[in-house]
Amino acid sequence: MKRYLVLARAFLASDLQSDRVVPPSGFTARLTVFAAAAMAFLAVFALALSFAAGRLSDRWSDALAQSATIRVSAPQDQIDRQVTAVMGVLETTPGIASARQLPPEETQALLAPWFGPDLPVETLPIPALIELVEGGSGFDAEGLRLRLQAEAPGAVLDDHDRWRRPLVAAAGRMKTLATGSLLLIGAAMAAMITLAAQAALAANGQVIRVLRLVGARDVYIARAFVRRFTLRAAGGAAVGAALAMIAVALIPAGDDAGGFLTGLSFEGGEWIWPVLLPLMAAGVAFAATRAAALRALKGLM
Amino acid sequence: MIELENVSYGYGSGELLTEMSLKLAPGSFHFLTGPSGAGKTTFLKLLYAELMPSAGQVIAFGNDVRSMTRDDIALLRRRVGVVHQDCQFLDHLSLAENVALPLTVADREIDTRELIELLAWVGLKAQMDSLPPALSGGERQRAALARAVIMAPDVILADEPTGNVDWEMSLKLLTLLVELNRMGKTIVIATHDMNLIRSAKAQVAARVLRIKGRRLHLAGADL
Ligand SMILES: Nc1ncnc2c1ncn2[C@@H]1O[C@H](COP(=O)(O)OP(=O)(O)OP(=O)(O)O)[C@@H](O)[C@H]1O
Ligand SMILES: [Mg+2]
Repeated sequence: MKRYLVLARAFLASDLQSDRVVPPSGFTARLTVFAAAAMAFLAVFALALSFAAGRLSDRWSDALAQSATIRVSAPQDQIDRQVTAVMGVLETTPGIASARQLPPEETQALLAPWFGPDLPVETLPIPALIELVEGGSGFDAEGLRLRLQAEAPGAVLDDHDRWRRPLVAAAGRMKTLATGSLLLIGAAMAAMITLAAQAALAANGQVIRVLRLVGARDVYIARAFVRRFTLRAAGGAAVGAALAMIAVALIPAGDDAGGFLTGLSFEGGEWIWPVLLPLMAAGVAFAATRAAALRALKGLM
Repeated sequence: MIELENVSYGYGSGELLTEMSLKLAPGSFHFLTGPSGAGKTTFLKLLYAELMPSAGQVIAFGNDVRSMTRDDIALLRRRVGVVHQDCQFLDHLSLAENVALPLTVADREIDTRELIELLAWVGLKAQMDSLPPALSGGERQRAALARAVIMAPDVILADEPTGNVDWEMSLKLLTLLVELNRMGKTIVIATHDMNLIRSAKAQVAARVLRIKGRRLHLAGADL
């Protein structure tokens, strides 16, 4: 770690003279800065999308986990028998990971918003609630309804939250796509910087030849190019990422009901990622330019 | 210092130089002559490993250049000062920066006082801040000589160092090279200027090599 810090310091502080040996190149410089800025801008949105999709998928999966309940309403003296019958049916239904009857306290907690905390649950004809946790590929709701009708006529399957199941899958897919986009953006940036570096190397063929003739080692020549492109990529990416972060922060926030669009933001520690983008851009530029430079130099004596 | 053993070279279509052998002893002074296109520049390029022999061996400071890594070759060029026929400057750097370039790329400290002394020695102190395209042919050749010696190399190879200058300047450049030889440097000068060779022979014990019919000959006293 310490060695890398020393290397990084030497790299940044390396004498201006070594930079001057390669003439300034306006065009490739601007191209690199622009490409890095644009790519960082896009990367911030891809990151935000990835995080938003991840959050959505988590939230909806939690909701899905308690996606279905069975309400058993029956006269007081039959209710226990019917609950036992329902549990029996559930045990033999594929796609159900577990099921449990809510104890009176939880039932009371559910009803408290409407009736206050002092509701005497035990003395009221309140239906029993059975919570299902889905497993595997889910269960066949219609089939379950038919079987319940036969075994426990007072049981009603309530699965209104299950419509979210395809949405969770979609959110997961979206997260994968966003991550894939990030990788593509990184690769596209590497490709663009490689092209710009190659153009700069080709334009400076004569300079490189002279440097070799007076005894410059390959790493010295490469360094002059690598330093430039790394600093430009980092600078461009910093500007692009900053603009995109402002844009993301300015997206109006909404409540849960606003759903997906208003969720496009960074929360807490997630902000570290867009802040790190310029560093990653610098890393990509460093590797791409170094590879291009050393490859180009191999061809010269 | 540098040794050739049965070295041949060709640029693809046929051989240009055939089975040349030579030993450059420390402190020796050689001229290399031959008609234009005979291969003088090519010969010098073999000596500083810009070209690799197609047959035979070039041994520089005890090492076969063909077994050298690219970094070894860079280090070799710091020990061999070359005055290129076409000078080879960086046009965006000042004359002084160009002369100091070998020090810069070797990450060595530049002593400004010594640099100015060196420029004064070749008579270019006044032009030190000029850019190379603004220099005359003779000024460029003197600058090239200054750059070739700034690393205090053991060997100096000069390719037509007097190609663009009048007789007086030629003599002055020759005097500089003779001075360097008296300091113990090994010198090779490629030239087709017979008068220059004659003037030199009056000052130092120079051997004259001639490329003729693709072979290297030691010229006799017939000059
Ligand atoms: N890079 C190259 N590729 C192909 N042929 C070349 C190359 N360099 C030189 N030649 C050819 O090799 C021959 C020798 O060239 P060289 O420059 O060594 O001659 P020279 O003796 O230095 O000539 P001059 O006195 O004019 O400088 C010439 O015929 C030239 O055309
Ligand atoms: Mg020549």
